Amino acid sequence: MQQITMGQAVQQALTEEMRRDPDIFIAGEGVGVGIHESPVMPTFGLLKEFGPERVKDTPVSEAAIAGLAVGASVLGLRPVVEIMFNPFFTLASDQIVNHAAKLRYLSGGKSSFPLVVRIKTGAGFGSGCQHSHNLEAWVAHCPGLKVVMPATAADAKGLLKSAIRDDNPVIFIEDMGLYFFPTPVPEGDYTIPIGVADIKKPGRDVTVVTWSKMLGVAFKAAAVLGKEGIDIEILDLRTLVPLDKEAIIKSIQKTGRLVILHEATRTGGFGGEIAALAADEAFSYLKAPVKRVTGPDIPVPFSPPLEQFYLPDENQLIEAVKSVLL
Amino acid sequence: MDQKKLMLYQNMLFIRRFEEKLTELCQIEGKLPGMIILGTGQEAVAAGVCGALEKEDVIISNHRGHGHLLAKGADPKAIMAEIFGKKTGCNKGKSGTLHIAVPEVNALCTTTVVGGGIPIAVGTAFAQQYKKSEAVTVCFFGNGSADEGSFHESLNMAALWNLPVIFVCENNVYSGAQRMEEHTRVKDIAIRAQGYGMPGVVVDGNDAEAVLKVTAEARLRCLAGEGPTLIECKTYRWRGHGEADHQAYQPKDEIALWMERCPIKKLENELLAEGVITRQDITALEDVTAMIVEDAVRFAEESPLPDPREALEDVYV
Repeated sequence: MQQITMGQAVQQALTEEMRRDPDIFIAGEGVGVGIHESPVMPTFGLLKEFGPERVKDTPVSEAAIAGLAVGASVLGLRPVVEIMFNPFFTLASDQIVNHAAKLRYLSGGKSSFPLVVRIKTGAGFGSGCQHSHNLEAWVAHCPGLKVVMPATAADAKGLLKSAIRDDNPVIFIEDMGLYFFPTPVPEGDYTIPIGVADIKKPGRDVTVVTWSKMLGVAFKAAAVLGKEGIDIEILDLRTLVPLDKEAIIKSIQKTGRLVILHEATRTGGFGGEIAALAADEAFSYLKAPVKRVTGPDIPVPFSPPLEQFYLPDENQLIEAVKSVLL
Repeated sequence: MDQKKLMLYQNMLFIRRFEEKLTELCQIEGKLPGMIILGTGQEAVAAGVCGALEKEDVIISNHRGHGHLLAKGADPKAIMAEIFGKKTGCNKGKSGTLHIAVPEVNALCTTTVVGGGIPIAVGTAFAQQYKKSEAVTVCFFGNGSADEGSFHESLNMAALWNLPVIFVCENNVYSGAQRMEEHTRVKDIAIRAQGYGMPGVVVDGNDAEAVLKVTAEARLRCLAGEGPTLIECKTYRWRGHGEADHQAYQPKDEIALWMERCPIKKLENELLAEGVITRQDITALEDVTAMIVEDAVRFAEESPLPDPREALEDVYV
């Protein structure tokens, strides 16, 4: 199997989909000729293959980029637009929150908006809080949107293909920390369904629900805990909306214990939703209180030790897992 | 040309009577749910712009949009039923008066977010260019929208890419309760076009023929690949922002002055003077118009309300 990074997996998905369907185009800041040019970046090489009609470098205009996707999709195109960094989503948010998410409903189901907004995210690059801010809970709070957040290159490729083929607006959030490390990815065409979580590591003692870059942290913790005879089950949500409730409940039924791990800040984070689900629908299976391991309620700081302090790590997860086993 | 003029007159008259009926209905307690926003006095913009369009052309409308939709050919019964919140409304009661979409006539979005439709018009125009279709997009918005960032981003991008879109700024003097001079320093919104590298045109927004003419010219430029145009239609809103607005900030004599400039009366006088129609024709037309409006109201009143559980439908495909 090929070993490629998540950036390259996204690139493959885009390339293969654009070859398959001439109605797909991409647009965004530097998606053709960019300041972050590198063969491992998601849109590298697309301008050369598909030309400037289908690979649109836009002005720095997030609202117009998102509106471009909304308007183009209602006339039957399948736009895949990029918001360079998650915090810039705020500039595009009216189009995404009030229009992409709501216009189908407002049309009484007559219109559809098959668009994808790719958003790059993740702390750990020393870019500071206006470039690093995981806002997945914001978009998950908008009915009408689907929210996908892959943790592996193989998932990213299959999920992005599903997102492009989906007739609903899909917010596809890619952690840039995953762009640079090669992992096995199947060649050719395959899809992974949106709304299906994946047990990345089966286990007996504690369920760890996570997504995106934090999957790596979960695996580091699993290795350490394994040596101590503690066997965690790692459930990668992959999609936040629609949420695979069944997979979460099933895992809780098995282990009786739940720890949620995400990089985004704690208050109002999507982890709260998982905890509420456990309380609502799996309370009788729980043998211990639910714990969350998350970023602290602060903006992502700049200085390396401060930024490292922000990012949840395996030690915090190990501690949380042990606390629910007491 | 006489036929075109007559059509403009009929369309304006219809929009006026349709909205007058809404004014009447909102006085009756419990008849219409929610707020009602009317474009009374601005009919020449809707009729003039849509009079220059073909069915395949797309319009993106705003909160003061009944006229746009009716002029584009939307079914008045389905519009009225939607305003009543009925199951038979064009959007099954999900949108109400403020967000009506009529994809059947390519009225693809009505948004109440001020300036919110302008980026979407860039998108539909992009799709028209991408598919090489012989169609254009018109985006209606008010003078207040020109203060939004979305206006700037969208006009810049549309001009940059030569998109087939006509930006129609319906300048009715007010942005909420603020007069033009209280919300912007410029006298004409149209001069902003220059800053984006596209033509900007000021037109008498109470002259339906003039509006039709500049729109038709802009449409031809779009189809010739010459890109977007910003048209500013100078008009006036006779009523408040919404029907609950008591217009304390609108001078009475100003309203009276603009009522004298009524776009419908203006064209009616011309048609009479030119002998295109007679007083009897007008009476007959009024009767037919009243009948269509009454039919729409009857249809809406007799239609069932949606089942509450239908609220859960149409969120996703």
